[in-house]
Amino acid sequence: MGPAPLFYRRIASPLHATRAGVGVLWLASLTAAGLLLYHPLALLALLLALLGAGAGAGVGRRLARAMRTAAIVWLPIVLVNVLVSRDGLTVFARLGDLGPFGQGDLTVEAVVYGAVIALKLVLLVLITTLASLAVDPDETLRILRRLSFRSALTASLATRMIPLLGADAQRLAEAQRTRPQGPPGGARGRLALLRAVIAGSLDRAMDVAATLEVRGFATARRAPRLARPWSRHDLAFGVSALAILALALLGRLTGAASFAAYPEVHASLGGASFVLCAALLLAALLPFADRRGIEP
Amino acid sequence: MSEPLLSFEGVTYRYPGDRGPALEELSLEIGPGEFCLLAGLSGHGKSTLLRAACGLVPHFHGGHFAGRVKLAGLDTREHGPAHLGAYAGVLFQDPETQLVMSTVRAELALALESRGHGATAVARGVEEVALALGIDALLDRSTHELSGGEKQRVALGAALAGRPPLVLLDEPTSQLDPVAGDELIGLLRRLNQEWETTIVLAEHRLERCLASADRVIALQHGRLGCDSEPQAFLEWAARNAPELQTPAAKLLALAGLRPAPRGVRQARATLRAAGRLPDANVPAQSAQGRHAGRAGRAGRRRRGTPAALELRGVWHELRDGPAILRGLTLRLDPGETVALMGRNGAGKSTLLRHAAGLLAPTRGRVQAAGRVALLLQNPGDYFIHERVEEEAPQQALARVGLAEMGERSPRDLSGGERQRLALAIVTGTADAPAVLALDEPTRGMDRGAKAQLARELRSRAQEGQAVIVATHDPEFAAACAGRAVLLADGRVIADGPAAELLAGGWYFATETARILGGAGGALLPEEGARLLAGRPAQVSAPDPAAPAPALATAVGDGGDASLQGAAIVPRVAR
Repeated sequence: MGPAPLFYRRIASPLHATRAGVGVLWLASLTAAGLLLYHPLALLALLLALLGAGAGAGVGRRLARAMRTAAIVWLPIVLVNVLVSRDGLTVFARLGDLGPFGQGDLTVEAVVYGAVIALKLVLLVLITTLASLAVDPDETLRILRRLSFRSALTASLATRMIPLLGADAQRLAEAQRTRPQGPPGGARGRLALLRAVIAGSLDRAMDVAATLEVRGFATARRAPRLARPWSRHDLAFGVSALAILALALLGRLTGAASFAAYPEVHASLGGASFVLCAALLLAALLPFADRRGIEP
Repeated sequence: MSEPLLSFEGVTYRYPGDRGPALEELSLEIGPGEFCLLAGLSGHGKSTLLRAACGLVPHFHGGHFAGRVKLAGLDTREHGPAHLGAYAGVLFQDPETQLVMSTVRAELALALESRGHGATAVARGVEEVALALGIDALLDRSTHELSGGEKQRVALGAALAGRPPLVLLDEPTSQLDPVAGDELIGLLRRLNQEWETTIVLAEHRLERCLASADRVIALQHGRLGCDSEPQAFLEWAARNAPELQTPAAKLLALAGLRPAPRGVRQARATLRAAGRLPDANVPAQSAQGRHAGRAGRAGRRRRGTPAALELRGVWHELRDGPAILRGLTLRLDPGETVALMGRNGAGKSTLLRHAAGLLAPTRGRVQAAGRVALLLQNPGDYFIHERVEEEAPQQALARVGLAEMGERSPRDLSGGERQRLALAIVTGTADAPAVLALDEPTRGMDRGAKAQLARELRSRAQEGQAVIVATHDPEFAAACAGRAVLLADGRVIADGPAAELLAGGWYFATETARILGGAGGALLPEEGARLLAGRPAQVSAPDPAAPAPALATAVGDGGDASLQGAAIVPRVAR
């Protein structure tokens, strides 16, 4: 048995208990805030909010793992920005003449800006991970099915089939290990293995297609709108989403979250900035405090 | 008879690229509320019949179709499967390919939504079907975390969500353990009796569902072999298709008793009425009596001789998870055949993976006297070449009887042939393995293929290989193993001669043993018949090599393995 997969599983948490539409809205507001704000403190507040949300939704460990994995991306971003940016004034290392790339001056501003961009990227990774772990994909795609039934159903199917194909591949690899001469090696062997994987996938696809046929896929119509009363969690996350969005806009418009990396690093560090960060954190995490009615 | 719900009129069908027809001149009618069992060997047309009934043949598969199939008055040539789906729910073998959504609720709702039902009808339909099938507790669960039995129930729920009058099921229990399989059959019986849902069920293990059926339709080479009520079918099978006989019917036929029983209760009633129900206290035959030869030394520990395989205090503990094996100790001697049994999740597959070195114990030790060949559950996972002859050495192919099929594609082989090819692949090289481990090798196999595999395993044991086979099938275990080991929660909870272990239970007992109450440790019909022939004197340690009792006539290979080539047909008057 491998590690817990990065797929939705309904567990007892306020976010899981929220309707998918509101869950998506809440995560979208965090995304918007992450894109609108550049102030490192505000971004750190959002990072804390997301990690707290992960813990509140019972998926903290998997979110932390996703964050570690994101290092593969954010480290190169910082490095590349330091190497290519020529806008900063505070030089901390000189690499000399780099020919067509000019002078290789490494600046503090480039490091800071690279870190900010990397942090934004980490936020996006965490938001996507949280969405896949805590927002019901079927319900989300059901909303889309009202627009395009077949496309949305295909997306649903892909969501369901990814872990299945993963399991198929694992089974196949295991079977090949039990051959007396071991798994086939060399380009030819690998090609044969690839062909087997594809053939297996096609077999499975045929079976799934037959199932869909007899379930009426060919005559499919638009999914009906489901009337469902708003739960306390729907309301809480809905309000939280609006608050996060308003705070992000406020921070941007009032200058409370003003930040500039070049030519020199400048970030507002007044009381308003700290209040904004605290408010963002609070707005994002408050819905998790109410744990009534969260059981599946 | 009322208007038939499903009718076939002279249907002949050939799959694209096939030379021979899968169905030939097939005519039959099925009325509302019938529970029909579809019997036949693998490749004789059961699945094709079901696919023709729901319109997948010819609309989905193509091919050449002649004749007429009508479902609820609709001609399947004019209406496709999507339209016909309102009248026929379909359940296939593999639950994995029948669940297309991520949650159970969405899965149940999909069929209703795609047929344009309104929000209220969808919500009600989901609720109703969940309650009817007892899956209401699963509604908010993810489909990929369900057990095999739960998945099959959810797939059945999805097929039934629109309350179709007919349900077509293609070996739905083949991937399930006996408990989940029996639950599913019970569920079908309830649907049939309480809601008059018509059931057409294709199944290999007829003994599991014969008692529920009103009628049995047997196919032979795509033609209608028999269409009658179960008792008449059993008598037909005794004469024409012994491999379709249930163990109970075979037992009574061998004992010269009539009528052919539908199940254990009827068989016991017949034996009781004839005064031949044996005393359950008749002791089990000795281990040496079963599968004699080197394989017959089950249960005995030969001190001083090296074990073929030995697991000592093996633990398999998952990080952040449960312990799958808990201090498991097991020794296999060369030439021994062991059936490994237990419910799903008991640790059988994990044990075999440790034996083959695919997993390393977190504690404990695994030692083998040589190579351990492991045959995993899905034979298709081994096939990576275009031709059979490329997959395994010629000698290995010849050994499993596939030497003549070298040019064929592995994926075109039947279920039994695929299993044999996979066996040739894992045992393949010149040096024979010291241990042969098989993980549920009989899933989806018909009785003939199972018998062939049992013979092959016994033959390998005779040559000195230790064979360990994880199985849910007590009949197969009885046919091939001298010793049985019962696992539960990663521990060995029982270990002894098969004659003792498979004779005294409900789930882990053969049908013969259940009929005879475990008397004399008789597990297979032939052994039971010998026991019955010996009454009133108690039978001890019957010799499998002894000739069959004189009350019956041997006519050819009956498929069951314990008496090779000795299917015995009763003298039954029509």
